[in-house]
Amino acid sequence: MTKLTALVIKWVLIALALAGVLWVATQLAIAGYTMAVIVAGMLGIGILAVYGTRRNVPLKYLLPGMLLLVAFQLWPIIFTASLSLTNYGDGHLISKEETVTDIIAQSVREVPDSPRYRMSVATKEGASATTGDLVLLLTKPDDTMFVGDTGGLEPLPADGVEKTTTGKITKAPGYTILTAREVNARSKDLSALAVPTGDGGGIKPVGLSEAFEGKPSVTYDASADRLTDSSTTPPTVFEPKNARWVSTADPSVAFPQGWQENVGFANFTRIFTDETLRAGFVKIFIWNVVFAVVSVLSTFLLGMLIALLFNDPRLKGKAIYRSLLILPYALPGFITALVWRGMFNQDYGLINGALGLNVDWLGSPWGAKAAILITNLWLGFPYMFIVCTGALQSIPRDVREAAIIDGANAFRTLRSIIMPLLLVAVGPLLIASFAFNFNNFGLIYLLTKGGPFDGNDTSIGSSDLLITYAYRLAFSGSAPNYGFAAAVSVVIFIIVALMTIPAFRQTKALEEVN
Amino acid sequence: MSTVNAPVPADPRLETRVDAAVGRHTETPDRGGLGKRVWWRHLLGILALVWALFPIVFIYSAATNPSGTLNTASLLPSGFSLSNFDKLFSDPARPYWSWYRNSMIISGVGALAAVFIGACAAFAFSRLRFTGRRPGMLALLLLQMFPAMLALVALYVTFAKIGDVLPAFGLNTSIGLILAYLGGAMGSNVWLLKGYFDTVPKELDEAATVDGASHARIFFTITLRLVMPILVTVFMLVFVGLYGEFMLASIFLTDVENQTLGVGLYGMTLGNDANQFFGQFAAGALLASIPVVALYLAFQKQLVGGLTQGSVK
Repeated sequence: MTKLTALVIKWVLIALALAGVLWVATQLAIAGYTMAVIVAGMLGIGILAVYGTRRNVPLKYLLPGMLLLVAFQLWPIIFTASLSLTNYGDGHLISKEETVTDIIAQSVREVPDSPRYRMSVATKEGASATTGDLVLLLTKPDDTMFVGDTGGLEPLPADGVEKTTTGKITKAPGYTILTAREVNARSKDLSALAVPTGDGGGIKPVGLSEAFEGKPSVTYDASADRLTDSSTTPPTVFEPKNARWVSTADPSVAFPQGWQENVGFANFTRIFTDETLRAGFVKIFIWNVVFAVVSVLSTFLLGMLIALLFNDPRLKGKAIYRSLLILPYALPGFITALVWRGMFNQDYGLINGALGLNVDWLGSPWGAKAAILITNLWLGFPYMFIVCTGALQSIPRDVREAAIIDGANAFRTLRSIIMPLLLVAVGPLLIASFAFNFNNFGLIYLLTKGGPFDGNDTSIGSSDLLITYAYRLAFSGSAPNYGFAAAVSVVIFIIVALMTIPAFRQTKALEEVN
Repeated sequence: MSTVNAPVPADPRLETRVDAAVGRHTETPDRGGLGKRVWWRHLLGILALVWALFPIVFIYSAATNPSGTLNTASLLPSGFSLSNFDKLFSDPARPYWSWYRNSMIISGVGALAAVFIGACAAFAFSRLRFTGRRPGMLALLLLQMFPAMLALVALYVTFAKIGDVLPAFGLNTSIGLILAYLGGAMGSNVWLLKGYFDTVPKELDEAATVDGASHARIFFTITLRLVMPILVTVFMLVFVGLYGEFMLASIFLTDVENQTLGVGLYGMTLGNDANQFFGQFAAGALLASIPVVALYLAFQKQLVGGLTQGSVK
């Protein structure tokens, strides 16, 4: 490759990267994220400064990895910490201003003799028909067209738009119009949708192909920070309380829309003061530690014993043994966990069938714990076997011989010579294994999902780890509470750090001996 | 392919730790024996094999079991039938080959990108001298102590927002999931890679510099070729890791067409269908295991070298 071609390739790549950044910046600008546009601009300048000049050679190699690291590892950690101080979650996903516009738009009642719109339900092009935000394509009786969503109403350019004789839009560039069946599937989202119009009114759908414009019954008084609903007699006044609009007359009456709010350390206080949560948290924590310790010890013990078994130069066929013993480790973890779940099935499973037992493995608290430990022993011992074999082979022969000459028997040699050397060698790996198992989400989730659960408490399972508990808080159930889940994650961060950093220090000191 | 099979140097940490503790490292050729016979070792070895292999035999039996349910599956094959495979491939609600393709693409692209990013970073840390080199390496090590999955809530919210603006990179896309995985690309492998990069003689670089080669030329045409064995090792470690990843994939990929093998097969074992679909599930599991098991068996030496350096499953 000549210098010239290399130069051409370099500048083509830089140009492509800059074009990509520009495209992202445009999309961000359209969506109205000013700060993000600035960040994208700085990124573009950064790319040009690093790759377009002859300086900053190390950065040329580090920049791609660093960008990804900052964006998808460092930022999520910082973001988790900041989320843990909020109430972000179901019913608290939007800002306070948005709740006001939303509530007012929701309260729209049809004004007699106001115009009706022909309506088509669509999503932005590329968005999913089942989950994407809904957009209304509207035609007024005078044939002017609009596009409306929760953000407001905008005129729809006539270019490329096709409509039926009645005015219903059937095609519009940039939007995918949903079929009647798809709209039906989302009737709940549709009925919750109201398009705010500039003058305090709103447009709401009626049925699947019409919408009306009306006036809201709720008004907002910005100076007093109160909402007043005049559809009731007497009018109800709502005040902001705990990130929701609550009636001043009857505290049990409130609008469903809440806003995201900074709650300080309330999530953390809740973990440690709420009676049920604290009891549950302590229970989960104890099992989490027991699980990690027993997993590491059992896999290490079995792996070491098998390594010792095969640590005999006269033994033939060691390569075959090793290839076969590595298989549990080689299979993808999700497969083995799911297969073991099938084998632990109380009624049909292999284990109860073959051993003539009738243990409710996955349905009873102790059975589930035993099943998890057995499965993890099977999953993890090949790793320890490999590691121990490597360490045993690096123990010099003459050290053992010296022990034998000094009159030590096989057991004594093992205990006083081999074990200490082995532990020095594999110590850091045991700690890493502990840290890994402490957050072994996949195994627990696939095997028991954290269950079984006590009859009346569905939030804390008897085989839950902290990580599966945090996951359930955030992603399952009808009311995800991201803020609280983030707080639990932060607590796990701190626990893991407190437990592993001193251990790593210890082994660092060992390593620095040489 | 010759470079592919070059052995990875045995774990320096394992040996140096032992050497340091022993105080010497000469090996005498004379091999004194412990124990008189080896037959009992074979006996226990076969016992270990039975323990290690019975679930795998069970997968095979269940996959080829003609009736295809969990309650009729036995440890040893009770007959041979491909009906479970037929059902698996023809089930429109469970697009098995799409899952397979998604898994291969996500793991393959993710591993390739991770190796490239890691190799670039390792080259900088091993060959170039700059302020912040040592703190940078230590910071990477420290960051690895915090499992990225603990930040899953934030990752989810971040990608939901990205998807609002750039639908091609958001939730429910392979690209989004790969990006999320690549956050850890530099950190997790850079120490392993740098260790190997350090073993390539610096004199080669210096000679090339004297001949007028630029740093990029040295990197692409000299260094990358010489470190190929470790690149292969890291590629496989990352590939296997991503192939088996379940948690992020299950949060990110909600549409059945976009799912990976892990998420899809998991869906087959849920609820009341578990018994009925067990044969199909086992057939899918058997096929899904083939790529990684083949990789493991073909590249055992390299993987063992890489594993002992601290990658833990």
